[in-house]
Amino acid sequence: MSAAAQTSVAPVRRFSGRSKRVLPGFGLSLGISLFFVSLVLLLPLTGLVVETSGMTWDQFVFTITDPRVIESYKVTAWTALAASLFNGAFGLLLAWVLVRYEFPGKRLIDAVVDLPFALPTAVAGITLATLFAQNGWYGQWLDKLGVEVAFTPIGIVVAMAFTSIPFVVRTVQPVLEELSPADEEAAVSLGASDGRVFRQVIFPSLWPALVTGVALSFTRSLGEFGAIIFIAGNTPYVSEVTSLMIFIRLQEYDYAAASAIASMVLLASLILLFAINLWQSRYLRRLEGR
Amino acid sequence: MSVHKNRVGDQPWVRRTLIGLALILTVILLVIPVVVIFTQALSAGWSTLAGNIMDEYTLHAIGLTLFVALLTVPLNLIFGTALAWSVTRFKFPGRKLLITLIDIPFAVSPVVAGLLYLLLYGRNGWLGGWLSTHDIQLMFAWPGIVMVTVFVTCPFVARELIPLMQQQGSEEEEAGVVLGASGWRIFRKITLPNIKWALIYGVILTNARAVGEFGAVSVVSGNVRGQTNTLPLHVELLYQDYNIVGAFASASLLAAIAILTLVAKAFVEWRQAKSEHSAPETRGV
Repeated sequence: MSAAAQTSVAPVRRFSGRSKRVLPGFGLSLGISLFFVSLVLLLPLTGLVVETSGMTWDQFVFTITDPRVIESYKVTAWTALAASLFNGAFGLLLAWVLVRYEFPGKRLIDAVVDLPFALPTAVAGITLATLFAQNGWYGQWLDKLGVEVAFTPIGIVVAMAFTSIPFVVRTVQPVLEELSPADEEAAVSLGASDGRVFRQVIFPSLWPALVTGVALSFTRSLGEFGAIIFIAGNTPYVSEVTSLMIFIRLQEYDYAAASAIASMVLLASLILLFAINLWQSRYLRRLEGR
Repeated sequence: MSVHKNRVGDQPWVRRTLIGLALILTVILLVIPVVVIFTQALSAGWSTLAGNIMDEYTLHAIGLTLFVALLTVPLNLIFGTALAWSVTRFKFPGRKLLITLIDIPFAVSPVVAGLLYLLLYGRNGWLGGWLSTHDIQLMFAWPGIVMVTVFVTCPFVARELIPLMQQQGSEEEEAGVVLGASGWRIFRKITLPNIKWALIYGVILTNARAVGEFGAVSVVSGNVRGQTNTLPLHVELLYQDYNIVGAFASASLLAAIAILTLVAKAFVEWRQAKSEHSAPETRGV
């Protein structure tokens, strides 16, 4: 082992046999990892496969294209899109303010941004439902303006937006911090307007992180359940999200239908996950190459 | 930070507008909700709050929730550390796939996560059927709650460690090997001090989520008061019973844990920045 180490330069060894690895623990650490990943992440997928394979193709299609379920896909998709776009704007604003300016309360804001990840979703759900109820602190003002949030799809947007606030802030913040001021200062001193410098100098390095943050926020919103069910009202064809449809089918003991709908949701989230990872690795490689 | 007069957004009016807007939105979206939790919990006075918390079922829910977190955190600590060590210290085929696979729990809806476990280990599942003939019940009992909580929280520790360990490289550890140190000694004396704060950070996030998980747990729990009811499920039960003050009493406990989590997180970040200035952040997520 030590003889191999003395001749080695590269920190990471090739995959060509245990003896050439410098550091110990390859077998143990990979063994634990693979055992855990197989048992915890992959094995449970087999249950879904077994359950859905017990259905005929027609049954499967009938279940996933049930009008009430179709409506839930639509509601989930547009509310998640609205929530993640809102977070794109709000997250960019927060990241900008936290990186560029000094002001009293800045540290507090920086800490409080992560609240939605720390606060259990059920707690967020009952809190938002209380705030936006007709007699709630926010609800009574919105009521005067003629806007109903609680028990409507807008309530779903509010719940999704709340639970995914940190994503954009935390992906954009480090990129903004590392942005070199040289180009920006040159552009400003040459007399370019702030808007133009932002669009042409700052935004081009920012947008990959912004897209990542919005995509993460969107993925999270698609699967959100706890925060939504309290504020959505859960009216069939109007304000039911797909996670809730799965839950309802389960409560009816219709495991096959629940599995069929879940397999669609799972497929969508896995595609999103791989797309985001591919996007991130591409964009990170570009950053490293600079 | 020094004043850059030549940068975008330095004019006082832009500055003030953006800071003002950020402050107002943060207060509306993040601060007031927390205030509401505590005012609702206290809306019938301190003694009612104390009574609500000392309620038999609430105490049981608190106990179960802590028990679940106590089992989940060490399991994911071991897994996260082992995974981070294998993917950052060695190269092997499938390494990238492994790194993507551990993100599955972040992408999958908690309800789907619960369903996956229910289908496999429930009485009709291919494994659950065998288990039930041997009188082993995992679903609708505490083991099921622990299992889905482990699933939901397993990426946190690994996600904190991987970027940090990748960036630090393994030269120090290799020097340890050259000097003849054993594997465990290298890990304890070289690796652990370097990753200590990221590890603690991962544990804090794992614990927060383990305590607060709702969707996945609600699918496999069976919601029996005083038996399989965790604190977040208890909040829901009370709320559905129109016991709003009671629901917010339990919610205020969870909110207090969330606030402690944020404080601990800020402290760890401060220590991390102090101990190693170059460490990049992959916070949240």
